[in-house]
Amino acid sequence: MDIDLIQNVLYATIRNGTPLMLVALGEMVCEKSGVLNLGQEGMMLMGAVVGFIAAVTTGSSTLGILAATGAGMLASALFAFLALTLAANQVATGLALTIFGTGLSAFVGSAYVGKTLEGLQAINIPYLVDIPVIGKALFGQDILVYLSIALFFAILWLFNRSRLGLVIRAVGENPEAANAVGLPVLKTRYLAVLFGGAMAGLAGGYLSIVYTPLWSEGMTSGKGWIALALVVFASWKAERILLGAYLFGFASILHLIMQGSGYDLSPNLLSMLPYLATIVVLVILSSHKSQSIWFAPKSLGQPYRPQL
Amino acid sequence: MLKLEKRQYDSRRMALLSPLIAILLTLITGALLFSLLGHDPFNALYTFFLAPLSDLYGWTELGVKVTPLLLCATGLNMCYQAKIWNIGAEGQFIIGALAGGWVGLSFPDVETYWMLALVLVFGVLGGMLWAGLAAWMRTHFNANEILTTIMLNYIALYTLLYAVHGPLKDPAGYNFPESAQFGQYITLPPLIGDYRMNISVLFALLALVICWTLLSRTLLGFQIKVLGEDRAATAFAGFSEKRITWWVMLISGGLAGLAGISEVAGPIGQLVPQISPGYGYTAIIVVFLGRMSPIGILFASILLGMTYMGGEMIQMDLNLPKSITGLFQGMLLFFLLASDFLISYRIIPANKLSWART
Repeated sequence: MDIDLIQNVLYATIRNGTPLMLVALGEMVCEKSGVLNLGQEGMMLMGAVVGFIAAVTTGSSTLGILAATGAGMLASALFAFLALTLAANQVATGLALTIFGTGLSAFVGSAYVGKTLEGLQAINIPYLVDIPVIGKALFGQDILVYLSIALFFAILWLFNRSRLGLVIRAVGENPEAANAVGLPVLKTRYLAVLFGGAMAGLAGGYLSIVYTPLWSEGMTSGKGWIALALVVFASWKAERILLGAYLFGFASILHLIMQGSGYDLSPNLLSMLPYLATIVVLVILSSHKSQSIWFAPKSLGQPYRPQL
Repeated sequence: MLKLEKRQYDSRRMALLSPLIAILLTLITGALLFSLLGHDPFNALYTFFLAPLSDLYGWTELGVKVTPLLLCATGLNMCYQAKIWNIGAEGQFIIGALAGGWVGLSFPDVETYWMLALVLVFGVLGGMLWAGLAAWMRTHFNANEILTTIMLNYIALYTLLYAVHGPLKDPAGYNFPESAQFGQYITLPPLIGDYRMNISVLFALLALVICWTLLSRTLLGFQIKVLGEDRAATAFAGFSEKRITWWVMLISGGLAGLAGISEVAGPIGQLVPQISPGYGYTAIIVVFLGRMSPIGILFASILLGMTYMGGEMIQMDLNLPKSITGLFQGMLLFFLLASDFLISYRIIPANKLSWART
């Protein structure tokens, strides 16, 4: 393979991995607080459609991205009200959000199918972008790719260095104990869910405003589910989410590369790879007997009902 | 002012009322939505729910939609009774269709109705295999079945896509990603006349009765319920949690597989990239809405079947996107989950003394 090809593959890998990383980081924060939100796909689609409509109407990609983030957050607020305030079953609520969001986004967006946007200009960082092979991939991307990396470092800091990170983890491990020492369980969970929604909306906006850039029904095509898989695959660690997102991003363009080099492997078989890898990781992690190295937040998916 | 109070016992009356409240709220919201879009709300709701059922054809088409929902939901109910959260009916449905379809297409020259039986058996086995994988990972490795079944749904989908783009593609099909049409001997016969509804609707009703009997009249059913109520009690009573897990997953997978093969060996008639408009996921709503009871599940699958019909009708008559189906389904589940709150809580005037504290 020549240098140009490798450079382009790296560039595309990062672009592909970015929305996955955004959603997965958001969902990880949410799951760390003990809440399993299966509505990622719905929130992404809501973000994608609202962001696209806003960008087309106002002519501003920035406003589009903001609208997308807001839409994702609003969708997650619905989830939070049901799953947290009313302590409804999180699995059912999340699925409802995905079904609802998929339907609503297709409904709202039907008038916008076929319209296109210009997308975002790449921001080339002077000198660094000229580094051979990795320059374009790391320093010739659009602003949202840089933002996603900044968010990654912020979340890494959150869980390794900050008090808030400890609070989120305490609430996710043992909400009763957290409540007993005076931590606001529901408030923390609310914030975590809303953050997850904002990230999913942002990722959806990235897809419809920057990546494609157009709106089509169900355009996330399972990325929300891959992101859920990714959180498990990364065993709830931010640095592994970064690696995993780019790995899965690479897997999704692998068939193009293989076709280019003369191997004709079915793209559909390659598309299974992230899910297969996640199952393997899940099985390996789950089969450890010792609870001390148990990786998932202990109260994940369990509703918490404060005494009224 | 009003305040919330936890009930001393869960209210059984609210548990039955809650689905009705949810349906009512969905209708009201739907009416508001339609009038916002500039349509007469009553006419639109009529078009959505009732117009599709104005003739015999409509009723048989409803049967076509209800059958897969009822089969999947009946199976999922077994799992949910044991609090085993199988989200994988969609994948089990697809693998059932694929396994059965593959056998049927492999022997196009065998002209006997035994082939149909073989195809159906492979459909069931396919679904069982897919659910069995999740059961195995749960019982042997303690892997969370919610996550594994979701992953398996997508692996199933891509397996189907691979098959119709590759090994099972019809050589005479102008390169469309579709299998050959199923022949007469591997197609389910229609139930009445020439309509698309076929005898699989009877399988669904039979499955409902059998599963209900199993749950309410047998030791296994009792064990399933005990596992759902109290995991620790299962061990005390000497029941094997692993064995129960295997049973409910295999029953559930088998029924979803049967639903899948009945769909492709029936209304669809060949393997195509999209064989399910989300039946496996919608069936989850059916179980919740149907209060995990046989009659409830029957009515709920009819109602959710109607939302599929309504979407198509709305698209034809009012020129609105048929994705409104998902909108209604999602809303229904949201409202249901919200009103379920009133099963264990009640709203009382703030100045009224709570009996719990007296």
